[in-house]
Amino acid sequence: MAAKSSILTQSNQVRRAIVVGGGLGGLMTVIKLCEAGIPVDLLSLVPVKRSHSVCAQGGINASVNVKGEGDSPYTHFYETVKGGDFLANQPPCKGMADAAPGIVFMLDRMGVPFNRTPEGNLDFRRFGGTLFHRTAFAGATTGQQLLYALDEQVRRYETLDVEDDRGVTVPGEKMVRKFEFWDLAGLVLDDEGVCRGVVAQDLKNGEMRAFRGDAVCLATGGPGLVFGRSTNSVINTGSAAAIAYKQGAIYANGEFIQVHPTAIPAADKLRLISESVRGEGGRVWVPKDRKDRRHGKDIPEAERYYFLEDRYPKYRNLVPRDIASSEIFRTVIHEGYSAEGEQAAYLDVTHLCKTASGKSAVRKKLEGVLEIYEKFAGEDPYENPMKIFPAVHYSMGGLWVDFEKGADGSLKPGSARNQATSIPGLYATGESDYQFHGANRLGANSLLSCIYGGMVTGPAMAAWREAQPRSAFDLPSTLFDTEHKRRVDEYAALGSRSGADYSVNPYQLHEKLGEMMLQKVTVERHDAELDGVLASLQDMKAQWRKAAALDPTAKGTINQPTVFLRHLDGMLALAEVIARGAREREECRGAHYKPALDPELHPDDPKAVGRDDARWLKTTLATYDGEGPTLRYEAVDVSLEPLAKRDYGKVSAAKKPTGEADAQGPANT
Amino acid sequence: MATDTVTLKIKRGESGGASRWEEFRVPRKPMMNVISCLMEIQKHPVTADGRGTTPVNWESSCLEEVCGACTMVINGRVRQACSALVKDLSPKGEPITLEPMTKFPRERDLVVNRQRMFDALRTTRAWIEIDGSHQLGAGPKVSQDDQEVMYPLSRCMTCGCCVEACPNYNDRSDFMGPQVISLTRLYNMHPSGRMQAGARLDALMGAGGISDCGKAQNCVQVCPKGIPLTESISVMGRETIKRALFGWLLKG
Ligand SMILES: Cc1cc2nc3c(=O)[nH]c(=O)nc-3n(C[C@H](O)[C@H](O)[C@H](O)COP(=O)(O)OP(=O)(O)OC[C@H]3O[C@@H](n4cnc5c(N)ncnc54)[C@H](O)[C@@H]3O)c2cc1C
Ligand code: SF4
Ligand code: SF4
Ligand code: FES
Repeated sequence: MAAKSSILTQSNQVRRAIVVGGGLGGLMTVIKLCEAGIPVDLLSLVPVKRSHSVCAQGGINASVNVKGEGDSPYTHFYETVKGGDFLANQPPCKGMADAAPGIVFMLDRMGVPFNRTPEGNLDFRRFGGTLFHRTAFAGATTGQQLLYALDEQVRRYETLDVEDDRGVTVPGEKMVRKFEFWDLAGLVLDDEGVCRGVVAQDLKNGEMRAFRGDAVCLATGGPGLVFGRSTNSVINTGSAAAIAYKQGAIYANGEFIQVHPTAIPAADKLRLISESVRGEGGRVWVPKDRKDRRHGKDIPEAERYYFLEDRYPKYRNLVPRDIASSEIFRTVIHEGYSAEGEQAAYLDVTHLCKTASGKSAVRKKLEGVLEIYEKFAGEDPYENPMKIFPAVHYSMGGLWVDFEKGADGSLKPGSARNQATSIPGLYATGESDYQFHGANRLGANSLLSCIYGGMVTGPAMAAWREAQPRSAFDLPSTLFDTEHKRRVDEYAALGSRSGADYSVNPYQLHEKLGEMMLQKVTVERHDAELDGVLASLQDMKAQWRKAAALDPTAKGTINQPTVFLRHLDGMLALAEVIARGAREREECRGAHYKPALDPELHPDDPKAVGRDDARWLKTTLATYDGEGPTLRYEAVDVSLEPLAKRDYGKVSAAKKPTGEADAQGPANT
Repeated sequence: MATDTVTLKIKRGESGGASRWEEFRVPRKPMMNVISCLMEIQKHPVTADGRGTTPVNWESSCLEEVCGACTMVINGRVRQACSALVKDLSPKGEPITLEPMTKFPRERDLVVNRQRMFDALRTTRAWIEIDGSHQLGAGPKVSQDDQEVMYPLSRCMTCGCCVEACPNYNDRSDFMGPQVISLTRLYNMHPSGRMQAGARLDALMGAGGISDCGKAQNCVQVCPKGIPLTESISVMGRETIKRALFGWLLKG
């Protein structure tokens, strides 16, 4: 029986859609749903204005070609798929690059204070992986400004009334209801496996509640905390994606984890120094003398080894992230160079700051970024070269989502298949999906993919909702009660874990997990080590079952340690997906690098295949079998552009810096 | 005082309940900040005198002083815990005190409820009215000079430092605080935001608006983002006076 009203149930309940997560991806989805007239419940772990998207510093890509360089959306598309080592499906990437200029214009209309040219137009800068000025930016806190712009539009929808099909206001009902400080606990799936809602928990008082939704979207961000310390916000545990995976959603390309080349090493977090520093002329170097212990600023020009510039004369310091990361990693870890004897390299802007006008130009463009160094490392980056090392940054992998290809070979807008996960009725967008970045993401493409994803997800959810013969709001409540009870019981069991059987501190267990993943599953991957990681993960899962609730008597109030047990469970599940994917993939592609398979290191070994398109031009699909992941593979849609070698003009890895003080040749490991 | 450890005195308690102080000692590490100390306590929830206790509850997210979550009162001063470095707070091993903000209801330990700040953003219509997110071409041009004024204003992260320091912001007054006054200035400067300037000014002239500010200037001294709050207050003061005097003319 078709619903009487598409907005109201018989008992005048508003038929809402659900969006979990209020970063850029989630908020854009909410806006599109509201524009389609669909009221939304928006759930988020933190007030959406505090979502991880605030951290983005560098900017957002769009080929507007303001500098008359001949840039075009097609070039942007091509560089996106090339940067991703051809592992991304091409139609969605084409759709994204084509939509990018319009997205930046929309953000501008929303009031984002983008930097300007003298004529008052948007200014664009250069970022890694391209030779064009393609990145729009707002000071050094672009993500913050973008998130605030979308947050404001959503706040406006919080004040707008719901109208029924005849345009009559429904008293007391607003287009958006926010549930902030709520944590996803489970998905409500009906007998046919269709997602009909979620169960979530109010973190302020522990109350578990079932929400009905005529379409559900997860926009819950990345899983950086699986690696312990990363550049991510500390709420990025990936727990929501892990819950979906455990309830049957496919998780794709988990092994592709981007390591950012330049972060400040510290105990609580690895704080990113944005690529924009290199975009504006920052240079990466190490002292030529491996035993040099002098402070960076005391080392004369002639004694510095600018290894990226030497090895990549065309792109110089702006090679893509995976290349910069592995070059820095190799130079420091294997070749033994250091910064003041520490495992780090220098990122240097001091040469740009020699004159007052140069310094003020740098300040104007990079103040927010350099401020982070000053604030957290306690040194002035305008005077001192910054000490940096690579850090886990972004997950290209995520929940598998579908797309529909249009006649023009690009993504077909409005299709209910776009951004749909393998669970019908469940959508995913933002960093929690896997769609746009293949094996490696280009800088400033993520904010874009989050917003573009939201623009596509909203209409897709609307189309799905329209096509459903029955609304979630007309289903028997037993469906929701069952999942609700399951999650209430599960949480109660976690919360009562105390006594001698529960001897493990979950935060210590998380630290162990993070250290292991960071050391063995990031820049370089070795099969023997990955086997060890997979074995240890079984052990850690057993330890998780002994992990204690550290605050067992706190009921009806905030209880962070118990909620953390749920998130840790999710992190362990995703760690296994990541490590298994890495173990199985026998090639080097983008962020996934196995030195044993690198033909440059092993020119005479036929097994050292490098990128292996014949066997591995495939998306990894992980499904949960009740214990851990089962892997399958799916072909990549490369219908628009033929594969090419991903070449950034490297001269030779073995080239020695001229005039090196240390006579010993570079290590060849 | 030992310098290989950090001593923390933390004010704890439940919503509406009495407070208690607990003291902790954690190993000192390079580049440590208050959050890394709290993380250490999660791993070893034991007080300085060896009693087992529960981990402390607090809010945080970005750890880069850009999300505004981790505001608390540290050594008597309101600020973000993530950017409070141990080496500055306790150069010689002096104890560090942590307390929740006082202007908001406590939820638990160091977590308070700042919903009132988000509500104020709604009251003051803190957004630009756009016709829709579909394609409508490029946005309005903005001069570099205007952008340089607007960008710093847009960095307000609703952290609450300014209102914690403001003598006029408390549970007996409706005052919405200096941050919304400053944001109104931002939206009213924007070429299309300006078209609804009147409605925003009306909100600022209503209950809890700009007339509740006593110009004490405490706010601007504690804003971690260096937002020129008192400058915004005087700019908007002039704007509201203009509207009070001539607004009826404009309304026609
Ligand atoms: C330091 C840094 C700098 C960056 N700079 C750039 C840049 O310059 N350009 C660029 O393009 N990209 C950049 N990125 C990447 C980009 O910022 C992120 O990929 C992007 O912001 C992710 O947005 P999102 O909408 O997917 O999710 P997020 O912004 O991470 O939001 C996730 C949302 O989901 C909610 N949530 C999470 N889990 C749950 C749960 N269990 N229950 C309920 N709600 C939940 C959260 O509360 C939050 O609202 C950067 C990333 C970092 C770390
Ligand atoms: S000037 Fe004084 S009274 Fe006014 S908002 Fe600032 S601190 Fe409060
Ligand atoms: S104005 Fe400053 S102190 Fe006040 S909320 Fe905004 S950022 Fe915080
Ligand atoms: S955690 Fe975001 S401001 Fe401190």
